[in-house]
Amino acid sequence: MDAVRQPVLNDSLAFQNIGKTFPGVNALSDISFTARPGSVHALMGENGAGKSTLLKVLGGYYQPSSGHLRIGEHEVVFRNTADSIRNGVAVIHQELQLVPEMTVAENLFLGHLPARYGIVNHRQLRQQALQLLKGLAEEIDPNVRVGRLSLGQRQLVEIAKALSRGAHVIAFDEPTSSLSARETERLMAIIARLRDEGRVVLYVSHRMEEVFHICDAVTVFKDGRHVRTFEQMSEITPDQLITCMVGRSLDDIYDYRSREKGGGCLSVSGLLGPGLQKPVSFEVCQGEILGLFGLVGAGRTELLRLLAGLERHKAGSLALKGEPLTLRSPRDAIAAGILLCPEDRKKEGIVPLASVAENINISARSSHATWNCLIHGRWEKENAEKQIRALNVKTPTPDQRIKNLSGGNQQKAILGRWLSMPMKVLLLDEPTRGIDIGAKSEIYQIIHSLAAKGIAVVVVSSDLMEIMGIADRVMVMSEGAVTGELSRTEATEEKLLELALPRTRA
Amino acid sequence: MSTQPNVLATPRRSFDSRRFLDDWAMMLAALAIFALCALFIDNFLSPLNMRGLGLAISTTGIAACTMLFCLASGHFDLSIGSVIACAGVVAAVVMREFHSVALGVTAALVMGLCVGLINGLVIAKLKINALIATLATMQIVRGLGYIFSNGKAVGVMEEQFFVFGNGQLFGVPVPIVITLVCILFFGWLLNYTTFGRNTLAIGGNEEAALLAGVHVDRTKIIIFAMHGVIGALAGVVLASRMTSGQPMIGQGFELTVISACVLGGVSLAGGIGMIRHVIAGVLILAVIENAMNLKNIDTFYQYVIRGTILLLAVVIDRLKQR
Repeated sequence: MDAVRQPVLNDSLAFQNIGKTFPGVNALSDISFTARPGSVHALMGENGAGKSTLLKVLGGYYQPSSGHLRIGEHEVVFRNTADSIRNGVAVIHQELQLVPEMTVAENLFLGHLPARYGIVNHRQLRQQALQLLKGLAEEIDPNVRVGRLSLGQRQLVEIAKALSRGAHVIAFDEPTSSLSARETERLMAIIARLRDEGRVVLYVSHRMEEVFHICDAVTVFKDGRHVRTFEQMSEITPDQLITCMVGRSLDDIYDYRSREKGGGCLSVSGLLGPGLQKPVSFEVCQGEILGLFGLVGAGRTELLRLLAGLERHKAGSLALKGEPLTLRSPRDAIAAGILLCPEDRKKEGIVPLASVAENINISARSSHATWNCLIHGRWEKENAEKQIRALNVKTPTPDQRIKNLSGGNQQKAILGRWLSMPMKVLLLDEPTRGIDIGAKSEIYQIIHSLAAKGIAVVVVSSDLMEIMGIADRVMVMSEGAVTGELSRTEATEEKLLELALPRTRA
Repeated sequence: MSTQPNVLATPRRSFDSRRFLDDWAMMLAALAIFALCALFIDNFLSPLNMRGLGLAISTTGIAACTMLFCLASGHFDLSIGSVIACAGVVAAVVMREFHSVALGVTAALVMGLCVGLINGLVIAKLKINALIATLATMQIVRGLGYIFSNGKAVGVMEEQFFVFGNGQLFGVPVPIVITLVCILFFGWLLNYTTFGRNTLAIGGNEEAALLAGVHVDRTKIIIFAMHGVIGALAGVVLASRMTSGQPMIGQGFELTVISACVLGGVSLAGGIGMIRHVIAGVLILAVIENAMNLKNIDTFYQYVIRGTILLLAVVIDRLKQR
């Protein structure tokens, strides 16, 4: 019935009453919309709204429990990923499906290397790879191992791989979440080209600017349901789109309130260390939220790592409330009340297999333990419950393994860990990356309430709206140096970007 | 306070069958195997056999308690078999020279401590893979055992020394008492001290533990030092049972201990481990070995069966993670 058919450009992609149930959960119900060929169709919604599940159905990872897919006039059934690829569908996931130890060329032709008698013809392989990369990423040498490419370049290799398989429908899952501005720009140009060639492009992203820049139509999901499809972007404004997704407006989400600023808290002068090209000096006051904006690789994370004692500084000095401070390890920073919520929650933040309670209590427990070593069971239980309640961490029980929680709730648990400690300075590195808007707004509220209590907060973010939405003052970094500082009223998108973009030096 | 308006609704303590299975499955399996053996194998429950089973468990059981900490922290220790042999030799040699049981036992434990400290320092401070580090010390310590003993078993004359292996406390053989004490102590250490919880956190995510302010290096060094001392203790007990220090015993013992832990449910990747896993693993291995001996199954087949069981356990562990 669904004989494999050579995919044809200018076929539309239609989802018809797609539903997907997992035991006990309705992940998708009755999703119907059509994506036109020659257009970029955005899928938007909070995390858990069903976008990723839908892409997995499209990619053949999941079989829909009801409904079907239609490409052009033909109904298609994808029993597995191979079916999906054969029908001209490519899904570019956030975690790219490349083998880092193999070369670009080998990755491009993985599974069908040009070979005779099982011996790979390397010359032919290189040539075909160059052909594929033409017009996409000509600077990439096909003989280089994929592990040595930047994330943006890997994505382009993935796109080339999709095109080599004749992909007609290409779906991107948050493609720009870890790209630099320049890489994003290039990706946008490529997506525009794919669209103009008559392909169907699906685009999942949380970033409003991008969606309004590149997309032609948008479908909004909420709780696994199809809310609405706007066939033209002109039908809607960003504010309306957000309201459509969460039922709240932007101002409500950031919920900025001006505060009394206290005396100086953390002062940094002439700090130099790994990742910093020029000495960095600044001061944060008690009760102030300092935004740290810049592109990926600008040195912001490195600066926070220095402040958190993870790296040693080579020059310069730190002072906390006028007292000079030496940091040899994260423990020193924690003892001084400088606490870091790291950028990569999974890798550096949580202990995934441990319970939520365990993750909350890990830092504060020893100061409540008898002789610093015998665990105070009652305190641990009460503290975990207190933080879970105060921060609205959504977990069935405190004993739930934290890896089963959503990103937003994991982040709240890490905040709970630090709220159990005496805190003077809170360092947040991309605190809301990959977190849905509902949890984001809760995290902003927590940040504001901490600042209101007189804690100095430093927030690193690549999200312009977020930085402008929550910070009292924004410091901008570029190429390992501070390039400027703007107050809340001075900070505009243009000014921030201008300071953040690397200068081409003569 | 009967009228509290916004009490937190008691979280649903729904019965998490998967979690329960993770925690208790191997313990239940161990008991089931024990029950089956008791039903179908003659003499299995006889006091003599139970005593033999208890003694067979003791050496593995003692060493597995601290291996649990190594595994839970995401490492393992291959030197334990050599430490056991060397500890017996050191105790025997020192007693031969100085005729003091206390001195002999102390020397053995100090030797274990030193090996453990070296393992810990190399792994924690120099960031060298535990596989390589302990593979090296395994050979060094094995060699030292041969050197101290001139390659021959060293007999022990001191009567008091035999208490560790052959004595009884309230009718229970001392090795079993020592094993039980170790299980209770290390179970408590893992669950009720910051050290134990930090061990699991390091195994679960070392980077996160470091950022959360855990003394990562210090914890690791203590774990390995502790393992060295307890390994030496197991060696002393074994030497006492055999009334001599033998440099060639305990070859492959490290693998038996690691197998027992993993079989019981301790994760090789770190972060998951409970004392009941150790009890279950040690019990299963010992009961099956005991049953095979009672059934007169050839040693050659015993290897195949033991390997198959381990493979099965690891596959089940893998499937559980899906």
